[in-house]
Formats: sequence, C-alpha cells, structure tokens
Amino acid sequence: MASLTILVADDTPTDRLILERIVRAEGHRVVCAGDGVEAVTLFEREQPDLVLLDVLMPEQDGFDAARQIKAIAGERLVPIIFLTSLTDTESLVRCLEAGGDDFLSKPYNRVVIQAKIRAFNRMRHMHATMLSQRDEIAHHNEHLLQEQAVAKQVFDNIAHSGCLGASNIRYFLSSLAAFNGDVLVAGMRPNGNMMVLLGDFTGHGLPAAIGGIPLASTFYGMVYKGFSMTDILREINAKLNTILPVGIFCCATMVDISFRKQRIKVWNGGLPESFIFRRSTQQIEAVQSIHLPLGVLKSKAFKDDCLVYELASDDRFYMWSDGIHEARNSDGEMYGEERLRDVFRANDDPEQLFNSILGNVQSFVGEEEKHDDLSLVEIRMEPPQLPTETAGAPVRTLQTPSRTGEWAMSFEVQSRSFRSFDPLPLVLNVLAEVPGLRSHSNTLYGILAELYSNALEHGVLKLDSTLKNTAEGFADYYEQRDQRLDDVDEGFIRIHVCHTGQGEGGKLRIRVEDSGSGFDAQPPRQVPNVRAYHGRGLALVERMCDAVHYLGKGNQVEAVYTWNHDDD
Amino acid sequence: MSSEHLDRQLLEELEEVMEGEFATLIDTFIRDSAERIAALQKALASRDAEAVRRAAHSFKGSCRNLGAIRLADLCQGMEHQSAQGQLNGQENTLVDIQQEFSQVKLLLQALV
Repeated sequence: MASLTILVADDTPTDRLILERIVRAEGHRVVCAGDGVEAVTLFEREQPDLVLLDVLMPEQDGFDAARQIKAIAGERLVPIIFLTSLTDTESLVRCLEAGGDDFLSKPYNRVVIQAKIRAFNRMRHMHATMLSQRDEIAHHNEHLLQEQAVAKQVFDNIAHSGCLGASNIRYFLSSLAAFNGDVLVAGMRPNGNMMVLLGDFTGHGLPAAIGGIPLASTFYGMVYKGFSMTDILREINAKLNTILPVGIFCCATMVDISFRKQRIKVWNGGLPESFIFRRSTQQIEAVQSIHLPLGVLKSKAFKDDCLVYELASDDRFYMWSDGIHEARNSDGEMYGEERLRDVFRANDDPEQLFNSILGNVQSFVGEEEKHDDLSLVEIRMEPPQLPTETAGAPVRTLQTPSRTGEWAMSFEVQSRSFRSFDPLPLVLNVLAEVPGLRSHSNTLYGILAELYSNALEHGVLKLDSTLKNTAEGFADYYEQRDQRLDDVDEGFIRIHVCHTGQGEGGKLRIRVEDSGSGFDAQPPRQVPNVRAYHGRGLALVERMCDAVHYLGKGNQVEAVYTWNHDDD
Repeated sequence: MSSEHLDRQLLEELEEVMEGEFATLIDTFIRDSAERIAALQKALASRDAEAVRRAAHSFKGSCRNLGAIRLADLCQGMEHQSAQGQLNGQENTLVDIQQEFSQVKLLLQALV
C-alpha cells in the first residue's frame, strides 16, 4: 500500500501517541491535532488522505470539524473515522450525519485500525478512479456534442437551403431531427412546381444523420435544374444504395406539386401513409407506401412509379415519419393511425389541423415527454409566397420553363484513342444533364452506340459487314477488328450533337462523321448498299428516331430525335 | 467492578506497539491523568453535571487505552451518574478515582 498522510485529531495525548504509533507502523505519515480547530487548519494545510477524529474535543467538537473537513474536501473522498467510546445510537447517528464513514472504539486495537485504513484506502482509490472516469465521460460527451453541433450546422446549411419557409408549407421537426435520421427538403422547380421530400433514415445518431447530406445535396442540385421526380428519386436511391451500409436506408415520401395544374404526384417508399385532405368533402384520402425505401434496391430494380392526384385550391397534403404513429403514452400504448384519423374527423377548421395533430399527440404522450422523434409536414395547394431571403438559398427566379436550351457540341476521337477510349459515356453524361432527357438515356445510348460502332468498324477500320453472314466470318470479323484497332494510325470520328428546345421537350440532332470513304459509289438512297456499309443495327436506329439522314459522301449519318418532357 | 487494576495483556501489546516510546506513553498518561482528575474536581465543585460527564467520559477513554480497567470503570460510573444529573455522592467516587490512580501510577511506573 502506498504511503498515506493521515490526520489524527484527539485531545488526549496518550490516545494520540498510541494512534500515531499504530498508523506510522504501517508506513504512513501522521499529522496530529489536539482539538477541532487545529484539525481543520491542519486538514487544509496538509491535505491528508484519511482522518481519525475524536468526537469530544475542546474548542470545536468532532462533529463540526467533520462537517468542515467534508466541505473542504469537496468531491474528493476523504474518509473520516470517528474515535469514540460513545456507544448510544443517537451519538453514532450524529457521527454519520456529520460525514463520518466509520468508528473506532477504545481501547484501540492495532489490527482493527490497520484493516480499516486499508479498506478505506481501497475505497479512496475506487472513488478516484470513478471521478476520473466520470470526468473522461463528461469530456467525451462534450466533445460529442460539439461534433454534433458542427455536423448539425453543416447539415442545416445543406438541408435548409430550399423553400421550407414557403407560405403554403407548415412543418414540425425536432431541433435534433437530423440525429433522429429525419430530413426534410423542399425546393422550387424552374417550371414553378414545388418538390418536397421527407425522409426518415434507419437508426439514430451520426450514422442516421450522415445519409441526409447526400440526399439533400442531390435533391437541391437536381430540383433547381428542373429534373423530374423520378430522375431525382433514382439518383438519390442510387447514391444511398452505394454509400450506405446494408441495413441503413431511408424511408421517404416525395411530392411534386404543380400549382398550375392543381395536381400532386406522390412517391412513398416505406413511410406511413400520407393523407390528402379535401376541403370540399372534409374527407381524407390515404396515400400508401407502395415502394421500398430509398437506398435498398439497386438502380435496375428501383421502381419510380408515382401516384397522381388532382387537388383543388386549399386542399392539404400531410406527411409524417412514424414518430407520430409510434409515440407512446405513459402506459406504453402507441398513438396509432386511428387517433390520427380521429383528429381529422373531429376537425371543423382546416387551418387548425396542423396544430390539432401536434396538440393531440402532445397531450397523448403527456406534457413532460419530449417530441424528439416526430416530424410532420403540411402542404397546401396554393401557389406559395416564398421567403424573400432564405439564408444560403440559391437565387432562383421562377418563370416559365427555361427548357428552350439551344446548344451544340462537337467531339472528335482521333486514331490513337480508338482502342482505349469510349466516348459514349461522356456524351451521354452531357445529354443526361438536360432536364427531361435523362429518362431517355437508354434510347440515346442505343442510337449513339450503333452510330459510333458503324463509323468505327466500317468507316475507319473498313471492315466488311457481309463477313458476319457466316459463323466463321463472324469470328474472322472480330479478329480483323482487333488487329486493325492495333494498327490504325490515321482517321477520326466526329460526334456532333445539336439541341433545340421545342415546346415541353426538344429536338436532338446527333451526327456521327468518320474519316472513311463513305459509300459515294452508290446512291445513298439505295437501302441495300446503305445496309452493307452501315450494318444491320441501323434498322433499329431508324425505328428509335424520327429520321435518319446520310450526308456527304455517305460518311456522315444524322439521327434526329424529338423528345417530350413527359413529366408535369 | 474489575478486581484487577491493569489489563496486563493489553499493556504487553502496547509496549510492543510503542517500541521505544512506551516509557513516554506511561509518563504522558500519568501527567495527563493528574490534570484530568483536577478538572473533574473543579467541575464537581462548580456543580456542573454536563462538565463532569464530559470530563469523566474523556478520562475513561484514555484509561481504557492504557488498560487501566478499574479506573475506567470508576469514570464510567461517574459519567452515567452525571448524565442523569446526579451529582450527590460523586465526591466519594472522586476519592475512589484518586486512590485508584495512585495505585495504577505505581504499577505503571514499575513496568518501565
């Protein structure tokens, strides 16, 4: 046992002498006091680890000294052992109330004293360990809260950059919603539609909050550019599917509201059913979840079909996380959907619905309970007044569709790149950035791929497509293709893309030009020769496009693709 | 009331515990006890029962520690009487205490 400093306070000199001896024999340092006042003074000066304190002393008795010593020691555990030959219960209780931890009676027994000192020293150590662990936990906790505050700020900057402050939206979110995994984003599309997404990530704390950031940034990045709801949902789903670990996903409801057409499109994946409240009938219509949550499925399996509802002015749409349904009262009973429906039934002023729901849930769970896990959104079918200045919001002007994008691009692949470089993803990426065109990506890829491979194989590499008529020829064809790709040191392929806006959609001209000799020997309109030059896949391109033209000496093909924005 | 003046076994242990300072302890006890008996006498003369009780209690403790069992018992008797406010006849007990102390003093000095 390490050496301790022990204060002995006793007014009887013989008792002090004996105690001092016994304690010193154990290797401890002893400081002695002859009365209570001296004991307190010495305690302050010497900071002893343990105190042996006589009850009856002149000047100040042991009870008062003990109280002062405990006050000075604060949260440090300094055991006080009372020295007493008092045996009545009342006196012993007074000792304990004054802060005493144990008693020693006279005559002193060396073995007992030494055992007590050891026992209290162990307790002292445990107490010190506990204090330092408590401080460490407090420190970690503070650190965690700081990190959460920073994370929340980053999150809020991203998530709240939209139009949540619009006049037709009311919402309730806990201040720590992000750490409950709840996220709410709202933004205006260039065409004046409003998009709102309420998400509820599985889990709690930072893991639940972290998915909210890519969700929100993808949402805002795409809404303002005018992408459709299905495009946005697909993109968010794909992102979350890629970045979130298995088992973490996002239950979500997303709506696209056209105030012009008084129509609302709803996609619900995994959240409780949303309600449409119709003012004329005072009835609610439930919109059930018919999809899996975001982040669960790979892109291929993801379903983006939405439900469309016609609404009248001042009809209301309600969505919520399961926090309302699962709110529990003091008996552990859940609030449930029926109570929610009752609020709507009982209501006679739609303007009060939002507050009624919140109030009803609150009184159900009891006033003391906190609504940490409850998210509620109300959207009215009424063109919104937007807050003039939302912190950090990108400046957007709402006007009629800005889809009349007129642009063109040209792209040339040179001989040494043919083998290693595939220009199609790059071109397709650009096309997919045109709002409305993304959903045509598959078709556009088909067209581009066919035109490009024709230009490469027949125009640049001068392969004969008739070779492919027989099985041996087929193998031979690809062998030659491979060889010529290695050898080719001249030639080019140019891809020109030209876009013009047209109504709700646009017209895309894709022209692919190669450095080959074309088929100028034959008249271009003679279909069999065109086929011989361009390969059989061209029929497919013709079916996919509005028109296919052959230009120049036949080394240029232009496909015209007209598309409509099928999303409103 | 104990027939023995001293607890011999306790004193042997005490001698062991005190090592070279046993004589000092005995010496201190004798001087301190004389003071305490004087204090008892004074408290009794002033008819202050609480002061008598405290002085007797305190003296009893140091007697126990030194193995002066009979002396301790006499103090305890005085403590109990005065706790009940009873001072009559305590003068006799004080005389007993003085006599017993004289005995103990001789016996203890013989040990050193």
